[in-house]
Amino acid sequence: MITLKVNGEARELDVDPEMPLLWVLRDVLGLTGTKYGCGQAQCGACTVHLDGEVVRSCVTPVRRAAGRAVTTIEGLSPDGSHPLQRAWCDLAVPQCGFCQAGQIMTAAALLASNPKPRDADIERCLAGNICRCGTYTRIRAAVKRAAQISEE
Amino acid sequence: MREPRAAPVLLVAVIALACGCTRRQPETTSKGGASLSQASSGGLRRPEEFAQIADRAARSRALFLEASRVFLHPRCVNCHPNGDTPHQGMDLSVHDPPVVRGPDDKGVAGVQCSSCHQDHNLELARVPGAPDWHLAPRAMAWVGKSPRAICEQMKDPARNGARTLAQIVDHNAHDRLVAWGWNPGHGREPAPGTQEQLGQLVADWVASGAECPNEGATR
Repeated sequence: MITLKVNGEARELDVDPEMPLLWVLRDVLGLTGTKYGCGQAQCGACTVHLDGEVVRSCVTPVRRAAGRAVTTIEGLSPDGSHPLQRAWCDLAVPQCGFCQAGQIMTAAALLASNPKPRDADIERCLAGNICRCGTYTRIRAAVKRAAQISEE
Repeated sequence: MREPRAAPVLLVAVIALACGCTRRQPETTSKGGASLSQASSGGLRRPEEFAQIADRAARSRALFLEASRVFLHPRCVNCHPNGDTPHQGMDLSVHDPPVVRGPDDKGVAGVQCSSCHQDHNLELARVPGAPDWHLAPRAMAWVGKSPRAICEQMKDPARNGARTLAQIVDHNAHDRLVAWGWNPGHGREPAPGTQEQLGQLVADWVASGAECPNEGATR
């Protein structure tokens, strides 16, 4: 039995300890906001936080999360009001939307450690998050907008 | 939608492995006149073979040159970059995605080494992993360095993590991240020999005076 917190809620899971965290989130807990993209940590669509740090859940065995706190896009804010979510809406960032949960979770980790990121910080941080629609310029603008919203 | 972006890179890496790679061989004669055996492409000369080199300093230099075949193998040198980005593959390609070392050599917020690399190799996802996956500090850069330069660096506490020579021996012989070099997973070419052999070579190098090879000496 593996015990962990997911979006603030304690969970006890009877799963194979080697099961990827993404499988647990989507198939066991029904949290489908986190996406399966490449399955080999190359695209960033499956990004979640483990004790506040970014991990690619598709390659993270659930045993690594035992006793720790997982945050998914569903838990970033209770009502979609996180500055990044507001900025994403304000600037209509997504196109197809598939990668955006991962983009936002990665950007959230950046803002938590660096509330006023420069362009170079944003590009460096999001280098592992691929957007096949090419919304990168809007993503960068929205991260900066979110930093402004957080200040206001 | 789901074909991995890294597929072309991996394909190139596979082709490179299939074609083999050129490998400089160690000097087979030493100042002491002794003749060492030809090392096999994936092997190291046995540490006891160096006992035939009568001159202590020459023996020490030859031992380090042999060990440098490990240090300069892509499995090891890829994570001892002379810049802020690790390398990958047999051709020292720039790491994909283009991650950076960050303040503690473990990446930056959003793309830390541990964001993707686990404490073990992932055979299906092909992501390499070992405990405490991280880059060597910039002071310990090996890319582009000669065996002599690496030797001097390895003896310099300001550039070797303030380690004693005994700790250097222990690090080479027992460190679990170093051990990954011989267990790289997914068909990657391992470093030559074994970690045990490397540890013995380095121990014998230290015991023989920790002499550095001459500049220009080749492996």
